Amino acid sequence: MILVVMEQKAGVWHKMSWETLAGGQQLGAALGQPVAAVVLGDGISGLAAELATKALDKVYAVEHAGLASYTPDSYTAALTALIGQLQPSLVLFPHTYQVRDFGPKLATRLDRVLLSDVVRVNPGPVFVRQLFQGKLNSDVRPSTPAPHLVSLQAGAYRADALAAGSATVETISPALEASRQKPEAPFRESSRAVDLTAADLIVSVGRGIKEADNLPIVEELAKALGAELAASRPICDNGWLPMERQVGSSGQTVAPKVYLAVGISGAIQHLVGMKGAKAIVAINKDPHAPIFEVADYGLVGDLFEIVPALTEEVRKAKS
Amino acid sequence: MKTIVAIKQVPARDSQLRLNSGATWIDEEDLTFEINEPDAYALEEALQLKEKLGSGEVIALCLGPERAASTLREALAKGADRAIHVVCEKPEALDPLAVAKLLAAAVRTESPDLLLTGLQSDDLGSGQTGVILAELLGCSHATIIMEVVVQGGEVRVKRELEDGWFQYIQMPLPAVLTIQSGLNRLRYATLMGIKKAKTKEMRALDAATLGTSPVAATLDRIYPPDRQKQTQMLTGSAKEQAAQLVEKMKFEMRVL
Repeated sequence: MILVVMEQKAGVWHKMSWETLAGGQQLGAALGQPVAAVVLGDGISGLAAELATKALDKVYAVEHAGLASYTPDSYTAALTALIGQLQPSLVLFPHTYQVRDFGPKLATRLDRVLLSDVVRVNPGPVFVRQLFQGKLNSDVRPSTPAPHLVSLQAGAYRADALAAGSATVETISPALEASRQKPEAPFRESSRAVDLTAADLIVSVGRGIKEADNLPIVEELAKALGAELAASRPICDNGWLPMERQVGSSGQTVAPKVYLAVGISGAIQHLVGMKGAKAIVAINKDPHAPIFEVADYGLVGDLFEIVPALTEEVRKAKS
Repeated sequence: MKTIVAIKQVPARDSQLRLNSGATWIDEEDLTFEINEPDAYALEEALQLKEKLGSGEVIALCLGPERAASTLREALAKGADRAIHVVCEKPEALDPLAVAKLLAAAVRTESPDLLLTGLQSDDLGSGQTGVILAELLGCSHATIIMEVVVQGGEVRVKRELEDGWFQYIQMPLPAVLTIQSGLNRLRYATLMGIKKAKTKEMRALDAATLGTSPVAATLDRIYPPDRQKQTQMLTGSAKEQAAQLVEKMKFEMRVL
């Protein structure tokens, strides 16, 4: 059996769950195995009923007051029990921040290793992982007996490929001890004064800009284009631009008509925030930078020459 | 308070990577190595916590080949009190569980109050070492941490969630925290620090003597990724590239 671990927070699905579920269906078909899904929480019968409208052999709803808000202790205990009971061959997770938090712990308790952030599953099965921030790929095979635990990167499978059907729901009430972690309510830092999600044009800057004093050349380009200015994480970490201009897994997810990536290498944490752009333009000195794998237009060269030249050409075109 | 910081040495960020002859790993010749960036922030956080409390010990821990000693030496120069080097010539052949088992074996007798490490490495990027260590050592843990406050026998941390959300979590010590880049400002080693580092203890432990576990996952081969898109590469001088892009923005992207 393939078991897909879905993720929800306060009754709202994490959208990567659906991609993982679609992956589970496809792998189930390829490997000739039944597919089940599990959702954990407190008062989740509605979510379980929604899951049961998909083409699955079984839906498990693990209900407990201690699962109302996520903690690694409670999720690890509940899933260790379920996996022990079901003996699946493969357990699939979406590679979310939450899975990064408990997945390795769960795997260790089962004396297994989690194959994390997998981008593709090839026949074998062989699991494809990225190395060096996306510069290289690797083929990885588990060498332990089942169950194999695998977390899938955003975009590894498409949620719109999900097949509908009907499944029965089994509700499970696990025995859980109190969790050592005491979580408080999630909050958002700023009021999001900058809404990059509405922008048609975004000029985004990364490490290639080298220092804060060089930012004006990119600001000039954004101004000439009438674009919003955005940045990859390191730029905001350094305080060169405010956090609210950050695009990526910990920042905003954007889908402009054009996303112009200046000096951004294209680590996956950044790509997940912008690969939905209609057109991606990449300016980078390294022709092997991962950003070029998602770019529609590539300019290899020195951004300190290209960006001012581009600003001038844009001004000319607009005048 | 005793804090262990697990750090890793990785190829410098702008390295041009080439495959080795068997395509089993990169060719490490001619590469320069540096501390994994999130681990540098973990080290800095440990040093700042010690300074805030006014007492304590910071131990830098690293699994890696002989060359990794330079990264530990640098940690000592920045202010770590001593270092433990788990010497392992081919760490890339180990899966995250095997690495964490060796690290746990190396520090089990230390009984630290806190163990910090970066949220993931820039080379293998599994992002698992800290969490597995917590489970092996029986500690509580939290990941992707942006703020650490130790109060009594507890630690309160700010955990980064997705899409700009955060959350505070409280848990008892001992605890393992995986640190996000950018939560503090990194320091440079001073001349005095570099001098002092030479007198500090650096213990080398042979990984083979710490016990081995069967490898749980094997890396078959590495290779350049295939392109997801047909990228139109614009060529020529900077000015020519810029002019071509403006044409494309006008007539293909239709935004000018």
